[in-house]
Amino acid sequence: MTRLQFRLVSAGALLLLALAPALLSPFSITLLNFIGIYALAVLGLVLLSGIGGMLSFGQAAFVGIAAYATAWLTVKAGYSPWIGLVVGVVLTGLVAAILGAVTLRLGGHFLSLSTIAWGLATYFLFGNLPMLGQYNGISEIPPISIGGYALSSSNSIYYLIWAFLIVSLVLAANLLDSREGRAVRALRGGQVMTESLGINPFRVKLITFVIAALLSALSGWLYAHMSRFVSPAPFDVTVGILYLLMAMVGGMAYLSGAIVGAAIVTLLKNSIQDWLPVIAPGASGQLEIIVFSVLFILLLQRARSGVVPFALRWLPRVQPTPPLAAGSLEHRQQPERGQPILTVAGATRRFGGLVAVDNVSFELIAGEILGLIGPNGAGKTTMFNLITGALPLHDGKISFLGRDISRRAQRQIARAGIARTFQHVKLRKTMTLLDTVLLGTYGRTRSGFFAGVLRLDRAEEARAQAEAMRQLQRVGLADRAFELAGNLPLGNQRLLEIARALAADPALLMLDEPAAGLRAAEKAELARLLEALRAEGLSILLVEHDMDFVMGLVDRTVVMDFGAKLCEGTPAIVRRDPRVQEAYLGGVA
Amino acid sequence: MNGEIAAILAMDGIASGAIYVLIGLGLVLIFAVTRVIFVPFGDIAAFTALSLASLETGGRPGTVGLVAVLAILATAVEATALVRNRALHRLPRALLFYLVLPLVPAAAVWFAAGTTLSMPLRIVLSLALVLPIAPLLDRIVFRPIADASVLLLLTVAVALHFALSGLGLMFFGPEGVRTKPLTDTVFDVAGLIVNGQTLLILAASIAFCGLLFLYFEFTIQGKALRATAVNRIGARLVGIRPTSTGTIAYLLASLLAGISGVLIAPVTTIFYDSGFLLGLKAFVGAIIGAMVSYPVTALGAVMVGLLESYTSFWLSAYKEVLVFGLLIPVLLWRSLSFSGTEEEEAEE
Amino acid sequence: MALLSIDQVTVAYDKVEAVRGVSLAIEPGQIVTVIGPNGAGKTTLLGAAIGLLPWRGRMSFDGIDLRRLDVEARIERGFCLVPETRELFGDLSVSDNLLLGGYSRRRDSAGLKQSLTDVYGRFPRLSERRDQKASTLSGGERQMLALGRALMVKPRLLMLDEPSLGLAPIIVREVFRIIASLRELGVSILLVEQNARAALETADFGYVLETGEIVHSGAASALMHDPRVTASYLGGHHDAGLEARGPKRMSGPGGPRSEEGELR
Repeated sequence: MTRLQFRLVSAGALLLLALAPALLSPFSITLLNFIGIYALAVLGLVLLSGIGGMLSFGQAAFVGIAAYATAWLTVKAGYSPWIGLVVGVVLTGLVAAILGAVTLRLGGHFLSLSTIAWGLATYFLFGNLPMLGQYNGISEIPPISIGGYALSSSNSIYYLIWAFLIVSLVLAANLLDSREGRAVRALRGGQVMTESLGINPFRVKLITFVIAALLSALSGWLYAHMSRFVSPAPFDVTVGILYLLMAMVGGMAYLSGAIVGAAIVTLLKNSIQDWLPVIAPGASGQLEIIVFSVLFILLLQRARSGVVPFALRWLPRVQPTPPLAAGSLEHRQQPERGQPILTVAGATRRFGGLVAVDNVSFELIAGEILGLIGPNGAGKTTMFNLITGALPLHDGKISFLGRDISRRAQRQIARAGIARTFQHVKLRKTMTLLDTVLLGTYGRTRSGFFAGVLRLDRAEEARAQAEAMRQLQRVGLADRAFELAGNLPLGNQRLLEIARALAADPALLMLDEPAAGLRAAEKAELARLLEALRAEGLSILLVEHDMDFVMGLVDRTVVMDFGAKLCEGTPAIVRRDPRVQEAYLGGVA
Repeated sequence: MNGEIAAILAMDGIASGAIYVLIGLGLVLIFAVTRVIFVPFGDIAAFTALSLASLETGGRPGTVGLVAVLAILATAVEATALVRNRALHRLPRALLFYLVLPLVPAAAVWFAAGTTLSMPLRIVLSLALVLPIAPLLDRIVFRPIADASVLLLLTVAVALHFALSGLGLMFFGPEGVRTKPLTDTVFDVAGLIVNGQTLLILAASIAFCGLLFLYFEFTIQGKALRATAVNRIGARLVGIRPTSTGTIAYLLASLLAGISGVLIAPVTTIFYDSGFLLGLKAFVGAIIGAMVSYPVTALGAVMVGLLESYTSFWLSAYKEVLVFGLLIPVLLWRSLSFSGTEEEEAEE
Repeated sequence: MALLSIDQVTVAYDKVEAVRGVSLAIEPGQIVTVIGPNGAGKTTLLGAAIGLLPWRGRMSFDGIDLRRLDVEARIERGFCLVPETRELFGDLSVSDNLLLGGYSRRRDSAGLKQSLTDVYGRFPRLSERRDQKASTLSGGERQMLALGRALMVKPRLLMLDEPSLGLAPIIVREVFRIIASLRELGVSILLVEQNARAALETADFGYVLETGEIVHSGAASALMHDPRVTASYLGGHHDAGLEARGPKRMSGPGGPRSEEGELR
């Protein structure tokens, strides 16, 4: 399907939506209104949980805060609903920012548990505050009016709800296709990966959390003025679970899953309410809960990915357009050859009773490939993590380009010009090769969330894309730019990681066992690439277990054994050292 | 507030804290061994209380029906798995464990309905009735996805809670119950009137914490449970089946929850859905203990009890808001004090 | 009949096949070693054999189809693994770790007591540290504890993944002495090692695994003198291994030296 065809289909769908009130019964429109309102909240949940990996049970609380804010302002204080919208959105955003700041540093399940806790606390607060009408709620909320026309019928508010939803959907899609959006999509790759790309995962999480809350706030505002009545029940944790069910049914990883899921669950709920009283008169209330919970559990056990990815398999794909070469990002001035670029002095790291790295010192000279070798378990990877800041040092000092980086956060070290790859490849399998490499440009580009959402970032984005394509070309993967990273064989995944690292325009490239698991031809290819990079003035630190690979490539090598540095020098010197023979080749004989 | 009221509130707070301690320890135990954050755990306590009340009035507790339904479901799930794996020779064993054993107490209660039973017998019967529920739920709901992430298991647990509260209403009805006090003795400690019931709660809580400690320290099963919690792969490599240790953990924890249900039933009115809040307050304690530390969890649970007791004096309407709100500063403290270690764990 | 027979086994993670069509066999009382570079699939092969990873093909232990046994049932039959990561119970004491090693024999308390005495006799160091938590042990002590814990199973076949990993040479020597002595107890051993020389000197038979496939196999003494193996793994008797450049391990029919130029 071409882009034009996609636009035509979208326009057709919009036209159908616009004509719906003329074609459908008022009851169906009411259902569509509910679907739209739910879908807005679920859209936030998809961004937060499905894409960002932060599972929240408390989304309904944010819907409630905005709904109560506008209800109180319009009923008790007599303001216009539009003031209610502004206050509701601002208040929800503030509460989310505070809650997020407190809880988002927590590991996965603690965050989710905390969402249950504040979800419940909010519910009880609504139910007990006399100014909010306690459990009776607030009634007689005025309708929204636009230019003197009150949207009091379900047919009239329908347009407002769906306009909000569609605009939000487009903006969210814009976000995901931008610099910060890629960072959101990378969050699930884990802290070490995101930080190594210069991303501050906490900041990205917090903003995503607030965006999700704001979408809920829109939903709450529309809900309050559509049903003209608020009470605590629709904002309970039970409803938070219902939102999660919708997201899961639709497809947690897809924005469109929000609408699909909201529609399926709402329609299902409606039909269950029709037939349950027939088969079990008198007990339909709790049966409905049981049916939904069981459905949810079955879904989680058997079909976690939802309807949208299933449907996408049968639908034609929109053809991607390869980016045009459009300028380039600024390049770093590489330090002069022969200068020390990285200095490790007395680095020490312990794990419990083990000293993994014991007082190790060495220097890396600009423009050289330095090997760091040693038997398995010698502490090479720990040394690697100490330099990149993935682990804090217990003792010693590491400086890079003349600056002390021993106490720096990982992302600051990354931004200072150290790019790395991983021994066990860390890629987001569902991102395309192009997006993966674009992630590497994060530290060199500036566009924020706002620019991304409003498409103000296109000029910079085009330059970044051109840069990413260049790096893909360099490692020989340019013709597969739109394939998914997870579909590549291991050798190509390693090359992709190198391309991602190069896209950050580093002064020092650090490779952790890049040859492990590669075939002969792939190793040769990798060696050629590294030699070409050295010729361009890049400095490389190579941690490797494969002696043949290292010795043919490096200028100098440092040998580690049992956590300590054994010796260092050119391959010729190291090769002759009897201690190396003993440690590396096993002098058991 | 004068000193006497403060002391009475403290006494109340410690008593309800002691209840949360039992439930909180069970939650930590289940989580450590199975990685499941068993949200419906409070329901186990509530169902015990409801069963006890029903036995007291000579009725037939709804638990009988609930256990029967779960046992049939679990047997069906197990049988399907056995057929699929062509391991039919294990079918008799499966029938024994998933159908016969869970139904023994249920059958006993069924036939005893109408006769008056002594209080200890009633307590033992209601505990025995409730014990199979969590292991059966484990078989039906969690074991098919045992390798899933903690987050997914948590989501399933939350959904399971709602299914259980629906089932609770079906089997127990909407009425609240309160059982006869276990003791009527009243003590006078330095001019302060202390209920025998309160002391009983404290004593039982301390005794069961002690027993749990002894079990973990001195029996090979207890050590196997700890080993599973510390390192599942390591446990499997010495032949410890995580599914078996999981079942033991569920049983033990259910026993703790059941005891707490028996203890709380004479003090508070219990409804079919009272378990949720009970469990979640114990959770606040468990989270204070970071879901790993038993002593800190116990301390946290007592703190929750005290907080609840004092706030109900001053701001009774906001009791729940404050208890759950308390989590936020606790989490802040946790996130500040643990941010360093978490990274290390990810690296190890 | 072979004690362990692996026949055309393939192990895949997602779409990547880490082990492809591997066949090998271990006779009772034999020490067999699998050597090869990092990432060749050695650990994966052991993980599949013990039942922690899904696999395709045929495997049997003592004549029983391994599809019918889960990990724990394998342990009960005396088939066990000391993994590269050791997987000790860090929060538990040394003596509890050993005690739990005998979990599959927990009903035989007299036999367990005897095994425990044996293990402490074999590793006096563990006896000294019996009340210490496993997480406080040094690398060598951890390896001894892992070995000791496996011996508590009363194994018939022991699979050892990189037992020399991260150990000082003097301890490596000790570990290999112990491995050799296990044979006298009638324990068969499958040894995966990067320390190829030590492994081949201890073993009866060896296999070389590269990028998921067996490329050489033979009696350990023959492999020791096979030029294709010595060049890549043994460093020769001078310093051939360190001098060697280019990806010789992947030596195809074209011969190792032909690829050298490409790497330079």
